[in-house]
Amino acid sequence: MAKRKTEVPFNGTKEQEERLKAVIEEHKHVEGALMPVLQEAQEIYGYLPMEVQIMIAEGLGLSLSEVYGVVTFYGQFSLNPKGKYKVNVCLGTACYVKGSGEILERLQQTLGIEAGGITKDGKFSLDATRCVGACGLAPVMIVNDDVYGRIVPDDVPKILAKYA
Amino acid sequence: MNMVRSHILVCGGTGCTSSGSQKIIKSLEAELKANGLDNEVKVIQTGCHGLCALGPIMIVYPEGSFYSRVTPDDVKEIVSEHILKGRIVKRLLYQETVQEGQIKSLNDTEFYAKQMRIALRNCGVINPENIDEYIATNGYEALGRVLTTMKPQEVIDIIKASGLRGRGGAGFPTGLKWQFAANQPAGKKYVLCNADEGDPGAFMDRSVLEGDPHAVIEAMTIAAYAIGSEQGYIYVRAEYPIAVARLKIAIKQAKEYGLLGKNIFNTGFNFDLEIRLGAGAFVCGEETALMTSIEGHRGEPRHRPPFPAVKGLFGVPTILNNVETYANIAQIILKGPEWFSSIGTEKSKGTKVFALVGKIKNTGLVEIPMGTTLREIIEEIGGGVPNGKKFKAAQTGGPSGGCIPASLMDTPIDYDNLIAIGSMMGSGGLIVMDEDTCMVDIAKFFLNFTVDESCGKCTACRIGTRRLYEMLEKITSGNATMDDISKMEELCYYIKENSLCALGQTAPNPVLSTLRYFRDEYEAHVRDKKCPAGVCKSLLSYEILPDKCKGCSACSKVCPAGAISGELKKPFVIDKSKCLKCGACIEKCKFGAIVKK
Ligand SMILES: Cc1cc2nc3c(=O)[nH]c(=O)nc-3n(C[C@H](O)[C@H](O)[C@H](O)COP(=O)(O)O)c2cc1C
Ligand code: FES
Repeated sequence: MAKRKTEVPFNGTKEQEERLKAVIEEHKHVEGALMPVLQEAQEIYGYLPMEVQIMIAEGLGLSLSEVYGVVTFYGQFSLNPKGKYKVNVCLGTACYVKGSGEILERLQQTLGIEAGGITKDGKFSLDATRCVGACGLAPVMIVNDDVYGRIVPDDVPKILAKYA
Repeated sequence: MNMVRSHILVCGGTGCTSSGSQKIIKSLEAELKANGLDNEVKVIQTGCHGLCALGPIMIVYPEGSFYSRVTPDDVKEIVSEHILKGRIVKRLLYQETVQEGQIKSLNDTEFYAKQMRIALRNCGVINPENIDEYIATNGYEALGRVLTTMKPQEVIDIIKASGLRGRGGAGFPTGLKWQFAANQPAGKKYVLCNADEGDPGAFMDRSVLEGDPHAVIEAMTIAAYAIGSEQGYIYVRAEYPIAVARLKIAIKQAKEYGLLGKNIFNTGFNFDLEIRLGAGAFVCGEETALMTSIEGHRGEPRHRPPFPAVKGLFGVPTILNNVETYANIAQIILKGPEWFSSIGTEKSKGTKVFALVGKIKNTGLVEIPMGTTLREIIEEIGGGVPNGKKFKAAQTGGPSGGCIPASLMDTPIDYDNLIAIGSMMGSGGLIVMDEDTCMVDIAKFFLNFTVDESCGKCTACRIGTRRLYEMLEKITSGNATMDDISKMEELCYYIKENSLCALGQTAPNPVLSTLRYFRDEYEAHVRDKKCPAGVCKSLLSYEILPDKCKGCSACSKVCPAGAISGELKKPFVIDKSKCLKCGACIEKCKFGAIVKK
């Protein structure tokens, strides 16, 4: 997964910062607070840029390297912003044997980005995910909260067109 | 409570939700209201029924009509015909339940007949968001009995006598694990539940949490009493939003009823439960890594010993069990250890839940007594391989497991037999593969997964798995020599022996088991530069069969590389130097004239 630092400038709002501070305050004295705080911070900002990590490190009294180490360890935390439409392709075993590798390839071709990337206009981001638990519908792709199952590569352009 | 004449169960598991069951519930409720039936008919959202391939699923009681692949448009017909006029909508019934015009019970269909539901007993039967329904099916009775009539050691003795072994993969005897933790001096101790379910293609634990969350809460409370703990954590994958939501509701309801929290059943016993979310790291399913993760660090495994029962979460004695393991506990207490140990094989007692997926007709969740053969699961319960293809292998044990070939389909499934044939039980993913699956490619798929998920702490795993992956890549791209195969085997054993945790120790299994049973396929890639299953792209070329091609030009229009040309109504040809091997043309061709070789 792409863990590069993003080039997109940080533009968090005052309101987001207030919310984050409240979360930190709430968890400060809980054992093992870092993970829940990071999860909520990602909810608030959509990703975890350096600026946010610094606030969390200072708020919880941890070193930045500790926070960064945890952020980059877990696949779910993202250093990059996600697109308006988050496209996920399941690469779990059930989906893979039913051809989700080809779905991913077609998505990369159509969107012109690699898995882990985001289109220039910020509209679509593409990720290969692990089993989402809808194996009965394999192969599966998900756009935000919409699940598309039993698809073939040719369905990809049609599905993306719905969000264009 | 309101008396109703009919109950309609709609599946709200992840499979059915993904295929649109929420919309079905909405339109059903609206339709009932429009017909003034909302006081006579009750709509209940349940957990997974197991037959995910047929979702969204709806069952109408008292008739027990099992409707499959229901669309919002069908709902109108079901209400006006079935509910209003009492005429079952045959068109929508699950075909297996219709026999010579007669409708038979769901339990008699091939899919359910060989199953035995202990861990899944409430899934698809009760509303998981209503604690009263759990209590109505003897829920929390086991906890009551334990707290009011048993000593902690008696509880442990029952679990030991039942022969229950951990369902999370390794199969460690559960009673023994509890005993170790109970033997530690009194003080702070923790009870954990492993709901990280990392094996790709597996969703047993998710279905239990979604369909019967109280079963896990009750069992954890029993475990806490047995070892002397007052605090528990459930570590759940963040990718399971429905499961998390239902767990939260269940915990809240249990607290309101005094079944969780302080002074449970007025016995002075306290136990509190919190949910912790994973963040997408497979290794966090490993017990020590899971604990490091709850502590708020990078989820790297620790050395054992000391074992968690001695020094676990935050340095104190801890037990960790899998969701399905817990789902058996209350039943063992209620029905007795003899009942449980009468099911299964000599060394593996009870049942096991499998997620049956891949190239199989009835994809879904099945629970079978230990000792059932693979053939029974695949051919009878699963309905066999679809599209007239041939069964090639079944994969169990996830990235730590192996592929079982057709020649071993009659092996009775239990912990020890699976290990003996080079695979393992794992958490219960069972992925069926047919002749179109390349075994080298599958081994590569799993290695790619472990390379990604290796936490990086030990060298054998971090670097070894990457080298192994590169060797497989060399084979699938047609650049390997026969020497590479033996080098690869050597590396496999090196990684197994030198890795810190079971992630690395088992990572080479997919390679070793495919080498063991499908060595000829490896050799075909290396010696003949051919992929017999037609999967490995570098070894394939696309060709148009002149006698089948009608010259319709559909392929040349869809080709993104402009590699196909020809005259209308005459056979087209593919320019191999331009071909990207994307397969778009094959999908388009109506005449089956394009082949991969
Ligand atoms: C890499 C790795 C991943 C694992 N993932 C899981 C998992 O997702 N779920 C699980 O219950 N056990 C998993 N385990 C097994 C656990 O370490 C542990 O044995 C198990 O949760 C204990 O519970 P049980 O005795 O009830 O099976 C994993 C082990 C390893 C080495
Ligand atoms: S493997 Fe794709 S949903 Fe399970």
